Amino acid sequence: MPPETPSPIASRHTGWVKSTHWIVTISFLLLTFSGAEILMVHPRLYWGDAGNGLMPAWLELPISRNYQHAGWEAQEAFSEGPNAPVTMSRTFRTFNQNSWGRSLHFLAGWLLFFAGAVYLLAGIFTGHFRRHLIPRLSELGRKAFGADLRNHLSFRIRRATGGPQYGLLQKCAYFSVVFIAFPGEVLTGFTMAPAITAAHPWLLTMFGGYQSARTIHFLLAVALVLFVAAHIVMVVKSGFRRQMRAMTLGDKKP
Amino acid sequence: MNTFDAMSRRRFLIGGGAALGALALPGCNKVTIPPSYGSILRMADNLTYVAHRTLLPGQSPVREYSHKDISSFPAIGAVTPHEPGKRGYSAAYQKLQQGGFADWQLTVEGVVDRPQSYTMADLKRFPSQTQITRHTCEEGWSAIAEWTGVPLSRVLLAAGMRSSAVSVCFHTFDGRTIHTLDMLDALHPQTLLTYGMNGRDLMIRHGAPLRLRVENQIGYKSRKYLQKIVVKDVFDDGGKNGVAAAGWSWYTGI
Repeated sequence: MPPETPSPIASRHTGWVKSTHWIVTISFLLLTFSGAEILMVHPRLYWGDAGNGLMPAWLELPISRNYQHAGWEAQEAFSEGPNAPVTMSRTFRTFNQNSWGRSLHFLAGWLLFFAGAVYLLAGIFTGHFRRHLIPRLSELGRKAFGADLRNHLSFRIRRATGGPQYGLLQKCAYFSVVFIAFPGEVLTGFTMAPAITAAHPWLLTMFGGYQSARTIHFLLAVALVLFVAAHIVMVVKSGFRRQMRAMTLGDKKP
Repeated sequence: MNTFDAMSRRRFLIGGGAALGALALPGCNKVTIPPSYGSILRMADNLTYVAHRTLLPGQSPVREYSHKDISSFPAIGAVTPHEPGKRGYSAAYQKLQQGGFADWQLTVEGVVDRPQSYTMADLKRFPSQTQITRHTCEEGWSAIAEWTGVPLSRVLLAAGMRSSAVSVCFHTFDGRTIHTLDMLDALHPQTLLTYGMNGRDLMIRHGAPLRLRVENQIGYKSRKYLQKIVVKDVFDDGGKNGVAAAGWSWYTGI
């Protein structure tokens, strides 16, 4: 068993951290790619349970021709009154590659689910989360936080140690990704599955409806893409060769 | 289907079963997967199907909404199959439409003791069921409407469905693709043969005179323009006339 507080230079990435890191990387890239395709088919986001081309959107993304309102005809109201729900027939040809897009998304989703489950269980039972990932209360002072933030903003990045000796902001970023963003993506994904919410309607309640879950799914995906971009910058700035060796074959020199 | 496909599917089922078995759940090997599924892309759809059938309690009802939640509702896909040259055009359907659907009948056959054709009056003699539910399209939009009809299970039982029934096939006027359900979803209490929408007869663009509602799956399982129902004693997913052959997932509970 490793000691409670290992000396910073003795610790390296374990095999399960390295393998799950790269499996999650592959599945994340596939999820982002297929997720973008799925979003292009209906690039409009809403809050609540219902949202469609005949309703106002919270956010409309001009990433495919499908966002345009043109091509609806023969309006008919379902009831009397000025704000009565209506129906219209869609006449324009839409972009839609969801036949493979959705299946690829779910394939990558399963990959993420299994790799994520292994990572979370191992992280808990080996003490990795406790020792390396979760920021200590004593670290979380405003002063230390401000100092680390200033260092990052002025690109004074610590040299790589080749192991899990993380800085404060780094811990906070990894903590958010591991315990908030990825679990949030999985749960909002489940909330978009009609068979799952039939058995577990609390998911719809928790996220405020199907379309809210879809919008949160998108916002968390944006946050994760931004995290990956920052992560890559930090890997480069802290010593790309050493970091890559540490996360693959392993670092020779401590 | 070739031998390689059959082998890889079997291996996959064993792998998926073992993965689920790790969660200490019995009975997962009894779930039969749709026979037309072959490609790697479909492995996840199979795993999802096996996982749902194993982990979710069967036939949970989906959330029902109130009248004030009824929303605008786009009509997409085939919307005017009675008009020559339009998507989903059917001469037989055009003839029925010209007669106000008075001559329309729904044929129920296959492994049933009393194969027969039902007129709309016959169907309306069954006790009716009304539910306000969310339609969730694979494109990403959703809409809420009130549906009135007769549960499919009632009609199948009235036709004398045999205990050997395994799947139910739906033939529609607007295309040759055959859509099918397993018995768990076919006999789901909210799976509805629907003739009313938002308090009036179903509009042509929404599938008049009769459409299917499969509330615990994605929208494209809820077929419009029903013509014939065939109960099978084998797992029929439509084969080369099914959605899987057209590139789409057969099971869409996700």
